[in-house]
Amino acid sequence: MRWLSVGGVRVPRVSSTFSNHDRLGAWKARWGINRMNYLVPAGLYAVGEPGPDAPVIVTANYKMTYDLVRRELAGRSVWLLVLETFGINVWCAAGKGTFGTDELVRRIGKSALLKVVSHRRLILPILGGPGVSAHEVKRRTGFSIAYATLRASDLPEYLDNGEVTTAAMRQLTFNWYERLVLIPVEMVLVLKPVSLVGAAVYLAALLLGGGSAAATALGAYLGAVCTGIAVAPLLLPVLPGKSFAVKGAFAGLAFSAALFGLAGGAGWSLPVTLASFLALPAVSAFYTLNFTGCTTYTSRSGVRKEMRLGIPVMGSALVAALVLVLAGRLF
Amino acid sequence: MKGFRYLEGVATLELDPALCIGCGRCLEVCPHQVFEMEGERARLADRDACMECGACALNCPVAALKVDAGVGCATGLINEWFRERNLRGFGGGGCCG
Repeated sequence: MRWLSVGGVRVPRVSSTFSNHDRLGAWKARWGINRMNYLVPAGLYAVGEPGPDAPVIVTANYKMTYDLVRRELAGRSVWLLVLETFGINVWCAAGKGTFGTDELVRRIGKSALLKVVSHRRLILPILGGPGVSAHEVKRRTGFSIAYATLRASDLPEYLDNGEVTTAAMRQLTFNWYERLVLIPVEMVLVLKPVSLVGAAVYLAALLLGGGSAAATALGAYLGAVCTGIAVAPLLLPVLPGKSFAVKGAFAGLAFSAALFGLAGGAGWSLPVTLASFLALPAVSAFYTLNFTGCTTYTSRSGVRKEMRLGIPVMGSALVAALVLVLAGRLF
Repeated sequence: MKGFRYLEGVATLELDPALCIGCGRCLEVCPHQVFEMEGERARLADRDACMECGACALNCPVAALKVDAGVGCATGLINEWFRERNLRGFGGGGCCG
């Protein structure tokens, strides 16, 4: 670790290289491996050779966030104030309050920023706004806050054009790649409940219809889960409706139809066919509804409304499917 | 957000124009261009685009904005529901930590 001494304060210097080790770490975090412990120590860092006039950019201590920011700032001379967000990204940490007013005030004090820089201005990510009260920070520390950009990738342009935020820097995007990278960890997070339910589905189908039915039922369940977690989020803008549950249900219906066609649905009894078209879309709808947690445009009130209306419908569909299968077996 | 709209008529965001001092902070922190300036005051231009993140209310120096902000994902709401009923350990982990 190299150090920089400014105003009697020793500040560690950020490495400007982005190694394969960093790439591997980011990849692992995307797959939920060591994700909750992927962090850098909070504090003040120097990028390049910043002086007392250099801008101060504030970020979170999730290593993926820190890496993104330092990569964008490579070749410049700026200060990087990393807040203790316990390895959580800016947006989620702001929601929890760890990327927040109190931590920012504390970190300004601990890092002796007042001695390091001569100005009193901090540059924050716009998505840090839900946790930080700018006027409160100003009152408590004297530092004024500029909410600069949504994306780290816009920081160079922001710094180059005299620290002015353009309309494009305020415009959120959620393109297919931005959605794709969120899917692995979503799958890893549901591995346990899905394995348990999958085993139950397999056993139940084994008892009711034998080995081949059990394999089909398990495949159908896992397919519906994947449709809800992966396919619907990828197809999000083209699926009908605004409700995530409805989008998921449509994707689930399409999956049910595909399964019917490919897995010999013509040979299924009517109750089993009906049950599959009821239960599978319900499963997909639930998991797509859960994807609201990964977006930056769904509101709490909206999700609450979807759940109030959607969960009873999903539950009823599952119960109806179960009753159909049992009734079909008995009569 | 371009290409994405969520449910309409659900957002709890409220702006009291009588309190607004026109500082423009809400325009700066809102990631969904919900506000616009009308003369010396902010105005709700697109309430349905609000995702209730709470940044505007927290950054309004005169408390002219109110919104029921908080975790907006299904897992988070389920966990909250369990927590309110002291049923810890049911909802599981998940979300962003």
